[in-house]
Amino acid sequence: MSTNATTSDPAACWACSAALGLSPLLCAACGKVQPSAGIDYYRVFGLDRSFLLETSPLEREFHRLSRKLHPDRFARAAAQEQAWSLAATALLNDAYRTLRDPIQRTEYLLKLSGLKIGEENAGKSKSADRQPPADLLEEVFELNIQLEEMRMNRKMGEDDPMLQADLTAARAKFETLLAEVDSDLSAEGAEWDAGDPAVRERSANAMAALLDRRRYLRNLVRDVNEVLTNV
Amino acid sequence: MPEERIIGIDLGTTNSLVAYMESDQPVVIPGVDGSNLVPSIVVLDPVAPDAPISARSVTVGNSARRALIENPERAVYSVKRLMGRGLEDVQEELKLFPFRLAEDIQPGEVLRIRLGEMQFTPSEISAYILRQLKRNAERYFGAEVKKAVITVPAYFNDAQRQATRDAGRMAGLDVLRLVNEPTAAALAYGLDRAKEGIVAVYDLGGGTFDISILKLNDGIFEVIATNGDTHLGGDDIDNLLLAVALDEINSDHGIDLRQQPDAIQALRKAVIEAKIALSSEPVAKLDIELPDGDRYQREIPREVYEQLIQPVIERTAGPTRQALADAGMTPDKIEEVVLVGGSTRIPAVRALVDQLFQLTARGKQPHTELNPDEVVALGAAVQASILAGSSTTTEELLLLDVTPLSLGIEALGGVVARIIQRNSTIPASATEHFTTGVDGQTNVAIHVLQGERELASDCRSLARFDLKGIPPMQAGLPRIEVKFLIDANGILKVSAREQRSGTESQIEVKPTYGLTDEQVETMILDSFDNAETDFEARQLIEARLEADNILDKVQKAEYNPAWKLLTSHEIAQIAAAVAHLTATKSGSDLALIRAAVTQLDHATRNLAEKMMEAAVSGAMRGKTMQTASDDLDRTAGPEIHAPHPFAKAEFDDSTKIEPESKEEPEPGKSPEEDQK
Repeated sequence: MSTNATTSDPAACWACSAALGLSPLLCAACGKVQPSAGIDYYRVFGLDRSFLLETSPLEREFHRLSRKLHPDRFARAAAQEQAWSLAATALLNDAYRTLRDPIQRTEYLLKLSGLKIGEENAGKSKSADRQPPADLLEEVFELNIQLEEMRMNRKMGEDDPMLQADLTAARAKFETLLAEVDSDLSAEGAEWDAGDPAVRERSANAMAALLDRRRYLRNLVRDVNEVLTNV
Repeated sequence: MPEERIIGIDLGTTNSLVAYMESDQPVVIPGVDGSNLVPSIVVLDPVAPDAPISARSVTVGNSARRALIENPERAVYSVKRLMGRGLEDVQEELKLFPFRLAEDIQPGEVLRIRLGEMQFTPSEISAYILRQLKRNAERYFGAEVKKAVITVPAYFNDAQRQATRDAGRMAGLDVLRLVNEPTAAALAYGLDRAKEGIVAVYDLGGGTFDISILKLNDGIFEVIATNGDTHLGGDDIDNLLLAVALDEINSDHGIDLRQQPDAIQALRKAVIEAKIALSSEPVAKLDIELPDGDRYQREIPREVYEQLIQPVIERTAGPTRQALADAGMTPDKIEEVVLVGGSTRIPAVRALVDQLFQLTARGKQPHTELNPDEVVALGAAVQASILAGSSTTTEELLLLDVTPLSLGIEALGGVVARIIQRNSTIPASATEHFTTGVDGQTNVAIHVLQGERELASDCRSLARFDLKGIPPMQAGLPRIEVKFLIDANGILKVSAREQRSGTESQIEVKPTYGLTDEQVETMILDSFDNAETDFEARQLIEARLEADNILDKVQKAEYNPAWKLLTSHEIAQIAAAVAHLTATKSGSDLALIRAAVTQLDHATRNLAEKMMEAAVSGAMRGKTMQTASDDLDRTAGPEIHAPHPFAKAEFDDSTKIEPESKEEPEPGKSPEEDQK
């Protein structure tokens, strides 16, 4: 995907011609809803692109904009404004859902920066998620054998407390690794936010790799959970 | 603006209601008979075999109950269970409910229900109920009503929502919004108490269960997670009790009532009464006369009853826990719990809710201040007022709801690629890109699904559509952008564009179980000509029809055995009311005619009850009632798993459902009340 710089934004309100500035969905001057094509999630909230974001101001702004943009407020408006309200509220909701979650926000921002993220093709090809990170090869291999064994035991109705304990320990370990990935991600995010273009390129690539690792670990934890809870 | 009235409608499985925001309080609008609840029963009135189609008429609500016993093959109830469903979805329902479906329905086709000599889609049946509610509102206002908010179970999928909206259109209503029932209930509760915090709404009705977790913040009602089961409710408890009674009658008396639909109907009425009694009494009695003159007598202690229904009630626990997990909450984070739906009157249900949310342990009690039968309609009226912008009470309120089910598209290998996750705030959208696989290909087929499972075959098929008119190019070169948007009603809209050539692709969305716009058009109940006639004139005509209808029924009732049970005083009262109505109806004073109808309706209430009782006990002895032989043929096959293939309607006496001290809002003035 290309960056968003290609689309031109209507800089002025369609109704009163006031400049839209930091509030592209809603004219600050006359309160009219605006067409929302080509506006990215950060601009919806009038924010600069950044990885680190405080969520409580985001929620406040989400509520403030919802009150103004929601289709409920346009039940008696002209059809064109109703359509814009629907599109603008959908965009607002999509933006809030994405930006409030640190992982989704990271993926989104990396995509905006032109990086291909594994999840983009989710469902279509999951092979990227199946490549274990190099440093974990051995442990993953071991874990997969244990998982298989556990599934067999379940099928036969057998109980193996040792194996169960091993898996529980493995889960705890991978969860710790996940937490490490998350803190590495915020550290990289902070560097990106503060850095120059060279730093940004390096840290963006690092985050893309961390996201791959994270996705892999999450799938592992999910598999272990499935086997452990599926009694 | 009073001239742009928007009504709120709760289109329920068992009962339906219409409500309106009267200055700053929502009120339920009663029907002709003074009752707030309109039973969701529709009867096709008998006509002469040679009568033209245009002569067909239907009866809805309380007055349809009588016909339900007398002409079961012309009656239908609980039709909500069939909304937006296909033949393969409803096999379980068919075993438990006496739906008579047309025999030539193809898989993937919208269902058709037989009533007498005619067939109706579930949306048309619902449209008749909606039209009745619309008329009740018009009576109340003395003015035409065209716009409505209708509630649906939160867990309704796209097809069920579309079917509901179609029904509104057929009834001549512009459906401005579909609101989820638990969210509507939260609105009704949140109105007078500027609440903040996390609230759970537990809604167990006649046929559906919903659980919603909301965050209330300065007038914003934000749903965080919702879950449910569109086939779980009081009906299931009735079916269970009925099965036990049938088994016992069979083993103790050697009588198999399973083959006697009308007897089952009477038994069903008895177990529902027992169920209601057991919500307040420690023990309930069943005492029923059997065909051989013997009696089936049985005491049901509450303990036994609770043990019996525990598995049904327990089925609400899974969705509740899932909703909590999806909301990222533990039970102790839930500050308030609101109970909605008639089935939450059951003490065992309350005990489960208490346990699920650790209420007693935290010194809390669930909210039950508003009548659980009415709270959803009241909330719909609040939402209607928000849309109308007509009340200062509601201008700061805003509902942010979610989609209950994930939206996906079928990818290679039959797996589902999820594009909008469940519990996403609506409106929500997703954009996907598609291309071609063969050189020169001009069509791409897309299959849209709803559900949480990995495989397309396990999810609910919403629609298949073709992206057409793609300019012929090398395989993989076209880039088609498809935008999926779930609107504020929870209904999907799709649009597409081929990006390389810039052509707007044509999209033909064929709903898997829906009606096309053209089909809906042909099912609109009132023709446009009719809609354009003078409103006053129409009201007068309708009032006269109502008068003729009730006069006709009273005249016929004189030959009913129940007539002999009336006191001479009652007969005199009826005669006076008949004379009065007959004299009034040819005049053009609308209010007077209506008052006379109401008077006659009141005078004959005891008669109606006696007729109903006579019909029921007659059915039990297997004498008088004509039986629905078609039902017998349909279900008498070797594979009957159902406890009672012919269970008939609920004759729950609505006065018994409601607690003695109703805490309902002051009902507005209706024309009848002025006459008292």
